[in-house]
Order: sequence, then C-alpha cells, then structure tokens
Amino acid sequence: MTAIPLLGAVLLLLPAGRFLPGDAAVARYGAGVSGATLLVAVSAATAFDYGKASETQLGVNASWAPSIGLRFHLGADGISLPLIVLTALLTFLCFLYTMKHPPAGGQIRLLTGLLLVLEVGMLGTFTALDLVLFFVAFEIVLVPMYAIIAIWGGSDRSFAARKFILYTLLGSGLLLVGMLLVGVKAGTLDMTELAARHGAGLSRGVQITAFLLMGLGFAVKTPMWPLHTWLPDAHTEAPTVGSVLLAGALLKMGTYGIIRVALPAAPQGAAYWAPWLGLFAVIGIIYGALACLAQTDLKRMIAFSSVGHMGFVLLGIATLTPVGINAALFGNIAHGLITGLLFFVAGSVKDRYGTGDLREIGGGMLASSPRLAGTLTFAAVASLGLPGLAGFWGEMLALLGAYKPHAALPRTTFVVFMAVAALGAVLTAAYFLRLLAKITHGTPQPDAPAGVARISAYEYAAWTPLIAATLLVGLWPKTLLAVTTGPVRALFGGG
Amino acid sequence: MIQGIDYAAVAPPLILAAAALALLVADAFGVPRRVLGWASGGAFGAALVAVAALAFGDRRATFCVPGGLRGGGPASCSYVADDFTLVFQGVVLVAAVIVVLLSLGEITASRIPAGEYHFLLLCAVTGAVTLVAARDLVLLVVALETLSLPVFALVALRRYDGVASEAAVKLFLVSVVSSAVMLFGVSLVYGATGAMHLDRIAPALRSLPSDLDPVAGVGIMLVLAGFAFKIAAVPFHFWAPDVYQGAPLPVAAFLSVVSKAAGFAGLAIVLALGFPAYGHVWGPLVGIMAALTMTLGNLFALRQTTAIRLLAWSSVAQSGYMLAPLAAGDHRLGEAVAATTAYVALYAVMNLGAFAVVVGFRRRFEPAGEGTPPVDALDDYRGLGRRSPAAGAALAFFLICLAGLPPGVMGLFAKVVVFRATVAGGVTWLAVIMALNTVIGLVYYLRWAVRLYAAPTGHAYAAAVPGVPVRAAVAAAGAGAVVLSAAPQLVLQAVSSVT
Repeated sequence: MTAIPLLGAVLLLLPAGRFLPGDAAVARYGAGVSGATLLVAVSAATAFDYGKASETQLGVNASWAPSIGLRFHLGADGISLPLIVLTALLTFLCFLYTMKHPPAGGQIRLLTGLLLVLEVGMLGTFTALDLVLFFVAFEIVLVPMYAIIAIWGGSDRSFAARKFILYTLLGSGLLLVGMLLVGVKAGTLDMTELAARHGAGLSRGVQITAFLLMGLGFAVKTPMWPLHTWLPDAHTEAPTVGSVLLAGALLKMGTYGIIRVALPAAPQGAAYWAPWLGLFAVIGIIYGALACLAQTDLKRMIAFSSVGHMGFVLLGIATLTPVGINAALFGNIAHGLITGLLFFVAGSVKDRYGTGDLREIGGGMLASSPRLAGTLTFAAVASLGLPGLAGFWGEMLALLGAYKPHAALPRTTFVVFMAVAALGAVLTAAYFLRLLAKITHGTPQPDAPAGVARISAYEYAAWTPLIAATLLVGLWPKTLLAVTTGPVRALFGGG
Repeated sequence: MIQGIDYAAVAPPLILAAAALALLVADAFGVPRRVLGWASGGAFGAALVAVAALAFGDRRATFCVPGGLRGGGPASCSYVADDFTLVFQGVVLVAAVIVVLLSLGEITASRIPAGEYHFLLLCAVTGAVTLVAARDLVLLVVALETLSLPVFALVALRRYDGVASEAAVKLFLVSVVSSAVMLFGVSLVYGATGAMHLDRIAPALRSLPSDLDPVAGVGIMLVLAGFAFKIAAVPFHFWAPDVYQGAPLPVAAFLSVVSKAAGFAGLAIVLALGFPAYGHVWGPLVGIMAALTMTLGNLFALRQTTAIRLLAWSSVAQSGYMLAPLAAGDHRLGEAVAATTAYVALYAVMNLGAFAVVVGFRRRFEPAGEGTPPVDALDDYRGLGRRSPAAGAALAFFLICLAGLPPGVMGLFAKVVVFRATVAGGVTWLAVIMALNTVIGLVYYLRWAVRLYAAPTGHAYAAAVPGVPVRAAVAAAGAGAVVLSAAPQLVLQAVSSVT
C-alpha cells in the first residue's frame, strides 16, 4: 500500500521532458497514483476481518537489519484501519483539487512528488509495527511538509515553515529517546509484542520517563497546549492542500502515536501522567476556543479550532478507559473529515475573495455565493458538534469518559475537567456561530468582488466525499465504533 | 631472537609506505604531476584491495610476544587485523581516495608542490591505517604521530599564504601538547600496570592495588585528553575552525574525516580493550565531553557565515554524537563501540560529500580581484541549485543527511543507532541533550540548504565547471549516500560483526 505512492514519487524523478511533460499530465498522474492507493486502502478495508479487529491483519513482517533487531513490520488493525482510509482519501481529494486549483507558485511536478512522499510517510506511520520503522515514517513527513509550506505558502511562509520543522523535530528527538528507552529495556522493538506485554518487564520509573518523553514528542505533533504555537502559523501560511493534509492526517499521527505506542508500552507511566495530560487537554480546549473568538483570519481560526478539537481527543485518551480511547479515535476521524472540509472551503473562499480576513470578506456570502456559504455552514456546524454529525460523538464520548475515568485516576479532577471541557464546547459553538454570522449572513459588501466564481466540479468532487462521510459517521457512529472497540478493549487487556 | 612477520596482515600500511617513498623519489626525477596524482590514488586503491582480501580471511595478528616471554599471559599481539580494524581501514582508505580526487585540481590551482603533497598524504594515511590496527600503547602513539606529523606540513603547503602558516603552527602546537599529555598518561598507565599491551593492561587494571588506583585513573584521563585533541572534542576543539579555514580544502576534508575516524578508532580501542575496568572513571567524563562538544559545536555553527567554518563547527558537533555511546562506560561497551563505528562510517560519506561540493564549487566564486568579499560565504551558495541542479541537489542531500532527516535516511539511521546505544548504556540524560542538539543542528543545515534554492544575489562569479575528478568525487559520495539511505543495513550489519 505504501509502495504505490513511493513508486509514483520515484518515477517523478525521471527527466521532465521524457516522462509526463506538462503540469496537467503530472496532476492527472498524481491523482491516478493516489487514487490507486485509495483503492488499495479501501480493498484492504473490505478484506479486513472485522470479527478479529483487534488482531493485526494484512501484515508484512520481514527482517531488515537483524544486527540491531530491526524488522520491516507493517500491518493494520481496527485502530489504524480508519486512519489509513482517511489518509488515502484526503490525499486523493487533495490531488483532485490540485488538478483544477493549483496553488500559486507553479512547479506542480515538485508538488506532486512531495505530496506522494508525504502520503508514504503518513501511511507508513499508521501501518508501522516496529518502533524504529514507525519513527522513520514519522520523520519522512517533515521535509515534504516543510517544502510545501516554504514554496507554496503565504507571505510569511519561510518563518512558518522553519517553526514547523524545528518544533516537530524537537518533538521527534524526544520521542526517539523515549521509544528507544522502551525498546532497550523491554528487549524488543516490535509494537504488537510490546502491546501484548502491557508494560511487563519495565520498572515504574522507566515507564514514567519513557511516557513523558514519548508523550512530549507526540504532544508537539498533536499539538497539545502549550506546544501548539507552530500550528496556527503553519496552517495560515500553508497552501490549501498543505493545510488539509496537515490538519486532516498529520496531526493524527500524534494522537495515534500516543494510543498505539505510548499507552500500551508504558501503562504505569500513562497512569502517572494522565491527570496532567487531561489538564493540558482541557486548557487546550478553552484556550483554542478563546483564541478563535479573537481571530480575524479564517484559516488561523480553523487552526486554533484544531487545538481545541485535539484537546477533546487528548482528554479522551487521558481517561484511560475504553470509552475515552474510542472517543479519541472517533474524534480523530471526525476532525480529519470536518477540518479537512473546512480547510478546503477556506481555500476556496480565499481564492475567490483574495483574502482570508473575516472583516474584508464582509457578510452576505449566502446571498452572493449560496453553495459555498452552504458548505461552509455545514462544515462549521459539524465542527461545533451538532448531534447527528461526526463531530458530536467524539466530544460527547470524551466527556462521558471523563465522567467515569479509569479506577486508578482521581475522579473529582476528571469531573472538573469534564465540566470545563463542556464549557469549552459551548465556546466552540459561540465562535463558529460568530464566524457564520459575520460572513455568511448579512448583506454583501458593496465593494465585494462582483460575481464570485461558481464552484467548480473539482471542488465539488473534493467536498462531497467528506460531507457524505461526515453524515455517515455522524448518523451511524456504530460503523466506526464497531471497528475500534475490539482493539481498544484488547489494549486494556480485557476481552 | 627472530620473529616471524605476517606480511599479509600488514599489507595495507606496507603498500602505502612503499608508495610514499616511491612517489618522493619519482618526484625528484621530475615525473609529471598528473602521474603522481594517479599513482597516489592507485596506491590507496591497492591498499583497499588488500583490505578487501583480508576481510574474506580470518582474523590475523602479528608482532606478538614470543611464546617463551609470555609468562602465562595472553598472546599480546601489537598489530591485529580483525573486523574492527578492517572496517576502519576500509573507511579511511575510501575517504583517502576521495581526498586524492579532490586534491588533483586544488594542487594546480593553489600552486602546491605535488610530490610533497602526495608523499605527505600517503604517510599520514599509513599512520591512520596502522593506528586502527594497533593493540599496544607504543604502537598507538607511534602511529598517531605518523598520522599527525605529515598533516602540519600538509596544512602549510600553500607556502605563500600567511593564514595557512598560522593554521599549521596552531595545529602543530596543539598536536605536540596533546602528544606530550598522552605520553605522560601512557607512562602513568605503564607505571601502574607494568604492561604496554592492551590485553595485559585490562586484567592488570582489574586487579590493581588500591594505592595505585589514582595513578591509573589520572593516566587514563590524560590518554583520553590526548585523543580528545585529535577528534576535536570540547574543550580541546579550538584549533579546528582556524585550521580548517587555513588549510587547503582537501586537507580540511582529510582532517575532518580520515584523521577523525582514526582518532575515534584509537579511542575505542584504548577504552574498550585496555581500560574497561575503569569505565566508571572515563564513562561520565566522556559523557560530559560529548554533551559539551555537541552543544558548543552546534551553537557556534549557528553563527558562522562561511561554508568552511560552518563545516568545521558542524564536524565538532558531530564528534559529540560519535562520543555519546562511549559515555556508557563498560556497560554494554560492545554495542557502544559498534554504534560509534557505524556513525563514523556513515558520517565519512556525508561529510566528504559536502566537502566535495564545497571544493568543486567554491572555486566558482573566486573573487575577481582584491577587496571583494571573502570567498565561500554562505550567501555565495544562493541559487546554486538553479544554476547547477546536480551539485545543488547533492549538497542539499548531504546536508539533510548530516541533519539526520529523511530522505537522508542514512543520517537518520546513524542517529538512531547512536541514540539507541546511548539509551542502552543507561545515559538517558545525554540522549535528551542529543535530541535537543539535533534541532539546533537542523537550523544551520537547513539555512544552508534553503539558500541553495533561493534567488541568487551578490557579485558575479566565474562560470568555471569543476574538473572531472571533483565531479567524480561528488558523484561517488552521492551514490554512496543514496545507496546507504535506501539500505542502511549494509553498514549496520558490517559493524555489528565488529564486536
């Protein structure tokens, strides 16, 4: 599955004259390659045996560098499968979108190559079952994302790109130390093996240190307050496809890592740090919401809303209960779908109005461009957690989990967290409604660009699957929960 | 008493020494420069073939203590050609071939006497190749001097250049002091243990009377300090930037790769074979040294504006990463030595590549006349990636490798191996410092790499294309880096058999 985009990216290194001359051909090629990847991902999802979702399936396990115990071990289970499909879907939609709406800056060939490498890294992270392999895949995404922001970004792009790569490298350095600490002390780098042991053979001190190091590493990526400051800059400056992938899939690598690597390998460390994780998560929720209320830039606002949403995901993880973890996984997917959609729409708005500034866009979008405004409204209400749409279940279950945290955790603390987080949810509703009130309602500004361009077929193509998936997961949450529940229970050693 | 010599085992240094003498004589008879260059490259190639041939055979040892004199002790051979030796000899010789390729153009351009240059280079490499095979303290010191002495002269070969002379004097003073310090340390160790062979020192140290304990401890610390000069570890690093800047560029590349690899090999040999019993003494010391080296090296590299000084400080910082696994002391020492070896081998490829591009493309920025800004400023590299895509891409790739990020998977694995050995050795604090340092390192590597693709500014430059040898060197290093990035296990497997 990861081989297709990798092969595709390598082929793009061929001289431009001989292989696929012209930007349009390259864009079609990118869509084709990522489409093929999506097909493989979907067929993997159909071939997946849902009765045994907690087991690793469809895996490869080959020896790579036996001298240091390194194995090339890939596979999918119920936790990673939805994320794999989500990643493949988002990348494909990004290519579709790029075909008609290439970002300013040209060099489509380079962009296609970078996006494919990015996809390799993301899929690799979600499928890797060996710690070092996981780390390599985790790192692969850095340089392409840096280049995407630095080449096709907005006016302040080089600063944003540098901040992004330095922050995340800091995180991954600590992550590497933490993972190796676990690997060395436990004597294995295999993630399924580590998960099956539930931290046996690791002393409490080692687990606490390891969880702290890995947690910090993943928290930068997620991003958890107060390590989030790279995110708004990166999102604001990145081109549309960059923002979509950053929010939709890249951030998930952080929370996925906590659930997949840090929790099972160091459960005692997790229990020790969980109240702190919960505290920072709740601060993130409130902070994200308050920051959103103060934003005037559309993309920056969505970026801060991501901090808040990932706060809910982290809160779910911090409860250390199956309900909470399920909520986190659900929130991951929902956030990926909804925020991906929001960034697509924000990109379209920015294309048409030439700015992302809310005041300059003015009001009355419903009148001037009803379809665009309608999609924006849909994405915004989904994001604020309207029941019946995907965003609702993640937040709801996270709060439920916080009401009844793991027995080893202080319950009162978590109930307070729950109350504060619920307040945060209300604030979320407030800023999204404020956003809608500002730009979709009211009367169009007299100097607004006349005859805002119609929505192209490619935009519809990029939006529709996300809208449909948001509805599907929102109305039938069981489709997703059924896949994740099994492995989450296995994670805690229960049946 | 007659002792048999295993000539096959000592073939690599023997070939080089013979070639050095032959070249010196040939130069006196007026053999043209080009022929000398190819002959010197050929000698390295021949030595490399010898190393490869030895690699298929068993472990060989020679210059052993004869049976009658052993007194029940171990065989105590002075020269051992085991896997560790051969890996380092291979790295040193391959690097030397690249240095020769880089030198061919430089010798003409800088009006360096070719015969002397190649003679000195061959002598220095003879020392390096012997050093990595030495297993007793006398041979170690002699080999180290054989490596160091020619290098002063090499640095000063641009006789008309005051900067070069200053660099040579600085290197000479530092090196002589470090040799003296090390010899003093060796004498203390000898005094405490009564042995010169490492395989006799190790058991002697283990059962040392407690009143000799401080003597041995101080001796070990002094030996460590002597090697620290060689590998430019903080606080013995200050010579590196000035010498790199003053020396002809290929010599700077030699110092940062061949000399350093030999120094690390020597350090690893002494610590792992001779002094494991004192791991509790030198382990923390090496740890502090590693932390200081990488941190200071990186912080100073941040402030550099010329390519060569940046490479100098970055090479100081990289020394810190290589030292880090050894901080574990005698706890899982084998793994630590393997990690250091792997890092040295991978570092040699990436750093030589970066030097090769700088050698080739610095000459394109030669200022038109006096009063122009200094050559090889980092800003001169603006737009290199657009003017000459291959060189730009190669340099960017080497820099990303040095920073340790994919697609430079090779550099990433080098870091993973070193981190792993450090964590396994129980020095997690050092690993955390190392993690922070990789971020600082990325800042300046990235700054340089981004400049390659920025719009060019500044003065015009000659559009000369570097000669075939330099391009071959860049291509070879680039090919090595790509292959090792696709299959890093090649090196990892090779070094794991070492210990």
